[in-house]
Order: sequence, then structure tokens, then C-alpha cells
Amino acid sequence: MTRKSRRLVLIACCGAVLALALGLILSAMTGSIVFFRSPTEVAAQGVAPGTRFRLGGLVTEGSLKRGPDQNVEFSVTDTGATVPVQYRGQLPDLFREGQGIVAEGTLDVGGVFRADTVLAKHDENYMPREVADALKAQGRWQEGAGKDAPKAAPKPAADATLGQRSER
Amino acid sequence: MIVELGHYALALALALSLVQAVMPAWAARSGDAALREVAVPAALGTFACILFSFCALTYAHVMSDFSVQNVVENSHTAKPLIYKISGVWGNHEGSMLLWVLILALFGAWVATAKNSVPPVLRTNTLMVQASITFVFVLFIITTSNPFSRVAPAPLEGNDLNPLLQDLGLAIHPPLLYLGYVGFSISFAFAVAALIEGRIDAVWARAVRPWTLIAWSFLTLGIAMGSYWAYYELGWGGWWFWDPVENASLMPWIAGTALLHSTVVMEKRDALKVWTVLLAILTFSLSLVGTFIVRSGLLTSVHSFASDPSRGVFILGILALFIGGSLSLFAWRAPTLRQGGLFAPISREGALVMNNLFLVAACATVFVGTLYPLLLEMLTGDKISVGPPFFNWTFIPLALPLLFIVPFGQGLAWKRGDAAAAAQRLIAAFAVALVAGLAAAALTWGGPVMAPVGVGIGAYLIIGSALEIWVRARGYGQSRSRDLGTTWRRAVGLPRSAWGTALAHAGVGVVVLGIAAQGWSAEGLGTIRPGGQVTAGPYVATLDRVGPKKGENYEETAAFLTLRNRAGDVVGTVETGKRFYPSRRMTVTEAGLKTVGVSQIYASVGEVMPDGSIGMRLYYKPFILLIWIGALVMAAGGGLSLTDRRMRVGAPVKARAKLPPAAVPAE
Repeated sequence: MTRKSRRLVLIACCGAVLALALGLILSAMTGSIVFFRSPTEVAAQGVAPGTRFRLGGLVTEGSLKRGPDQNVEFSVTDTGATVPVQYRGQLPDLFREGQGIVAEGTLDVGGVFRADTVLAKHDENYMPREVADALKAQGRWQEGAGKDAPKAAPKPAADATLGQRSER
Repeated sequence: MIVELGHYALALALALSLVQAVMPAWAARSGDAALREVAVPAALGTFACILFSFCALTYAHVMSDFSVQNVVENSHTAKPLIYKISGVWGNHEGSMLLWVLILALFGAWVATAKNSVPPVLRTNTLMVQASITFVFVLFIITTSNPFSRVAPAPLEGNDLNPLLQDLGLAIHPPLLYLGYVGFSISFAFAVAALIEGRIDAVWARAVRPWTLIAWSFLTLGIAMGSYWAYYELGWGGWWFWDPVENASLMPWIAGTALLHSTVVMEKRDALKVWTVLLAILTFSLSLVGTFIVRSGLLTSVHSFASDPSRGVFILGILALFIGGSLSLFAWRAPTLRQGGLFAPISREGALVMNNLFLVAACATVFVGTLYPLLLEMLTGDKISVGPPFFNWTFIPLALPLLFIVPFGQGLAWKRGDAAAAAQRLIAAFAVALVAGLAAAALTWGGPVMAPVGVGIGAYLIIGSALEIWVRARGYGQSRSRDLGTTWRRAVGLPRSAWGTALAHAGVGVVVLGIAAQGWSAEGLGTIRPGGQVTAGPYVATLDRVGPKKGENYEETAAFLTLRNRAGDVVGTVETGKRFYPSRRMTVTEAGLKTVGVSQIYASVGEVMPDGSIGMRLYYKPFILLIWIGALVMAAGGGLSLTDRRMRVGAPVKARAKLPPAAVPAE
């Protein structure tokens, strides 16, 4: 094999693998990306039933209902709009009314969000960032507000890597 | 007082690392060899200072000195001693201190490993290493000082996040950092080579053991983190493709590629420029990982509200080292003498394919991890890139790579014979086919990919064993005729050959474990005592629910009896909800029952007002293989390190009479 043809083979191999990687990334991008929506955005723009997205906001006070067989219903609000959510399974330990959560799933035709994953965070002061941003957009969230700050306010441990999660 | 001394020692380390970074450069201009040698004691001094500083912080944590802000925020008098110690690195400031401690440890280690590294290369390497140390110590002192005091001192601390109060997480960060930060040595070697403008097989031989050490520790660290997430987070998943996990996976993939390309460089004097680039990229990915974890910038469930000035500082460090080294590379790489090209069908050809697929796979992880961040910056859209993305991009790139592993091993250097290599692997192909078909037949109607994975895993394990077998038996004339000769030859093979085979077999074991998860089963129910939940072949009966008291928590524990489908008792499992009063936080403690290498995983849910409890039960067949495989891989790396050609820090035989002075053990 000549030097030139060896070089060609090498370049062809590189090109083929990189093209494969690029193709895979592009096809995955169209199929498996999930957008984040706040309840206000859902109400204003509307999301087609069956489209997967992440819904984030506060769990409305007094909305949590536990049905049989680990079925739960609650609603998520950013104080501008409210979306009812249905979920089956165990909720994260820090799931509470009034807490910020992120749920992933789809809307059904009746406008109920059917979640298959519910995420909450593992620190009592934590607010999912998307939720905090969405609330800021609503003008309802102020940095540091509402915390019963002890002498040295506990900072979220920057080392806690993985969050709590519940999924079906 | 000790706290102030620790702070002072850190400042001293800053000064020493500056001396170590600047003096050799000055010496290079003035030609003063003695001045150049300052790098060695400076490296040792930096390490000693940072070690003292780290011990001082540990002392403050163990003594529960609540006049120190860091201790107040992360400790509590009622916390068990082991978590008082692990709490040192269970927070931002302390873990950055551990980061630089390991950085300095590697610096000191290179400084004392006299025999394996040419002096000029060593000095330049120490110089680069010192500049990294300097910048990170500066980062700690200016933005994340762990020694800052608080007055008046509170009587009690805020305690460590209960999720981190776990033995697995106590040892996970040190292991991970030994890997992450260990790649700084490869990086320093690469930059040193660029500065010197010379790169050859000696360089490759010098850098390889360090890469191997870092890689082995990173493998252990990632495995440990994965196992922690599996049993502590209570949802039974072992890998989530989370940005924080990806942050450690990317340097691991690039480091794996680097390990293999240095082999080509050492043996064939080729791929030089590429190897240097790879060494730079690997540590750059470590830095990116540090940035992702420390800045809280990524949109993820793990983003924390953190001080923005830290993020900016780390971004500056990133720009300095990644931008600087890549610019240096662009400037100097054309002057490096390129090695020759080679035949596609050869050992080096297979290693090039290995590098190609690894780098492509690494790139997909990189895109998936950072694309959401970029998109949010550009358009304001918030998206999440989850497991479907990574499964769809990573797995198709990993499969051909796994196929090449034993095949490339069978090819000779320079010019390989593909047909002969395939012939040697016939037994592996046969076993893989039988294993895959048997798995498919036994679980007909189950997932499609799982039997394929079993086949690939078997192929890798048998292929690695065959490699040793064929090499021990010999070829042509020298082919041994009896098992005794083969055995003696196998024992006499270089340890690196055994290490390679072991590491590759470890990959196969991991693949088997992952594939078997296709057959995992899950059961969910709200039950009272006497009630049952079923998952796969196991049934769990709730015996009772009762309170339990821990050292610093109160637990509501559920006790279950496990039976198989035939009704025989397999064992008992205990799972509970732990309430930590200091943080007013509840954590679910999963219950695990190990049967062989399979596990049954129970996780308690809410306790309902009527006294029933939610219960989740998983059957995880062969799941332990995932982590056992990672251990085998790391063991393979360790075994290779004991090879004569790979030893670092150990004096050569001729000088063995010298006292082993300050040479750390391997």
C-alpha cells in the first residue's frame, strides 16, 4: 500500500466515524430533547397533547390528593397559572406543598399533565433553577426571600451531586 | 490557632508554587542548572504546606470548631466521626482544598521519581504543574477560603447534607480526584514537551504510567459514585447521564484514548502530535468537569445557587489553561517531527480506530452536556437532554469499539493479518453466539438488546483470555506442545500483557452487567403489614414497621421478608425513612439483598395516614457485575503498573542500594 493510499484510508475512516457521530447527534437532537415550560407558558402558548416537556413550579398549597395504589394528584403553579398533574409512584422525600418541583411527562387532551418523573431537590433551601427563573419572570421571587435564615444560613452543599428523583 | 496556621500554610503554598513555576523558566534563560533544580524542593514544600493546611481543616471539623464558617455550615456535634472527616471534602471549599492537595501530591511524586523522567522534561513538567497549583490555590484563597471565621461562634453547626453521610460518598471524592487531577500530570508533560519542542518514545514512556495511575483511580471513582447513586438515591438507577456524571465520564473516555495512543507512540514512534493534543484535551475535560460541578451553571436538577464570582474565576482558569495550551499547541506542534503513517490493518491501525471511536463518543457526551447551556444562552430556551439522547448517540459508537478490542489485540504491529486474527478469535465468536442465543431463548419475548449485550460481553471476556492463551502458546516453530510449557510462558508474560487482558475482560464484565439490566423487574404497591409486593422472581412480605434510633437521625424502618416464587425464604430486607433533625430533612434508605451478583432492592415510600406504606421493589439481575467489572478494569491498570517498564518513583535495580528516601509507594 502506498503512502498516499494509506493516508486516504485514514482520512476516510476519520470522516466516516465523525459523520456517524454527527448524524447520531443530529437525529437524537430532533427526537429526544425535552423543553422546560412554566405553567404560565403552558397556559399562554399551549402545548400539544402528547408532547413531552418538563413542567416546573411550586406545588399548590392544599392541592395534593393521594388516591389508591400510589396514585397522586396535585397541581403546579407559578402563581400566574396552574396546571393539574397526575402521577403514579413514590414522590421524592422532599416533595411538599409549596415546594418547587420539576415534573416530566405529557399533557392529555383534558389539559391534565401526566407525569412519569417528578424531581425535587435534596436541600430545604433549594429551588430548582428553572422554577426560580420562571418565578422571577412572574415577579414573584426574590433572592433570599422567605428563608428563615439562622445565624449562618446553610448553603446548599455544592458537593451533593445527584438530586432525588422518583420515576415510574 | 491551628486554623490560622492552616490558612497561613495555604498562603505559603501559593508563594512556593509561584517560585516553582517561575524559577525554572528563569533558569532556562540564564542557563543556571542549580536554579532549575529549585523546582524539586519547591514541589515537595508545596505539597507539605497544602497537606498541613488540609490537616488543619480536618482538625477543625473533627473538633467541631464552630468558630470556623466551613465547620458551622457542614458539621454537627452529633455526627459520627467518619462523617466529620468526610465532611471536610463534602462541601465546596474543602473539596477544592482536596483538589489542590492531590494536585500537589502528584507534583511531589513526579519530583521524587527521578529515574523515569529526563531532567529537563521533569523540570518543565513541574513548572507547568506548579502554575496549575498556583492558580487553584489562588482561587481557594480569594473566593473559597475554608478557614474564614465566624463571630460570634454558634453553639451548633448546620450538619452535612444527610445524603452525603454515607461511607460510599466518603471515599468517592478522593478516588475521583486522584483520577481527575492525576491527568494534570499528562497535561503538564504534554505542555512541557511543547515548550521543549521535543517529543519521542522516551516522553511516551515517561507519561504512560501517570496516565495509567490517573485512569485506574478515575475508573474506581466513577464506579464508586455510580454505586452510591444506585443505593442512596432510592430509585435503583446506576447511571443517569447527568451533567455531573458526564463531567467525570468525559475525561475518563479521553484518558482511555490517551492510554492507547501513548502505546502507539512508545512502540511505533507515531501519532505524536495527536497524543500531545489528547493529553491536553483530557485534562481540559477535567477542568471543564470541575467548572460544571463547581459553578452551578448548567441547567440541571443539580444546579445549586452558588457564588457567581467563583464561576467567573473558574471560567478564567479554563480560558487560561485550555486556551493557553491549545495556542501553544497550534504554535509549536508543526515543529514537532511527525511520525510515519502506517498500514490500516495493524495493531496501530486498530488503536487509531479505538481513538477515533472514543473521541467521537466523548464528543457526543460533550455536546449533550453543554448544548442545553449554549442554547439557553443564545435563545433563552430551557431544554433537558436526557438518557434517550445519550443512549441513541453513545451506544452505536461504543458497539464497534467493543468489537475491535479483542480483534485489534490479535493484530501484529506494522502489518497485521486480519484473517489470522479473526481465526484466533473463532472460539470467542462461538461462545458469544451461544451465550447470546441462550440468553435470547431463555428470556424469549424480552428486550432485544440484552442478549446482544450478553454476546458482546462474552466475546470480550473470552477474547481477552484467548489473547493470553495464544501468546503463551507461541507461534510457528516455537509453539509449545504441552500445557506445562504454555503455563510457564503465560506466567512469564509481561505484567502489562496480563493487565491489558484483565482490563479488557473487565469491560466485558461491565457490558454483561449492563445488558442484564434489560431483564430487571419492578413492583409497586401500598401495603400494610402482611401485604406483598412482587418484582420478577421475588415476593416481599411486609413484616412490620417500626421506629429505630440512629446516632444523629430517627428512622421509620420497614422490615420485609423475601421469598422466591416457590415460597422459600431468601432473606430479610430492611428499608427506612431517616429523619435528620439538624437539617429537618428526610432521606430514604434503600434495603438491598444480594443473591450471588444479583440484588433485590426495596425502597419505602410515604407512610399513609391509615398506617399503610408505599413500597417499591426492584429485581436487579447481575447488577453487581457493573461495579465488579470496573474493579477488574482498575485492577488491570494496577497490574500493568507493576510491569518493570511502567514503574514510577521506584529506583532502578542498579541503585537499589540507595535508601528509598522520600519515594512514595506505588
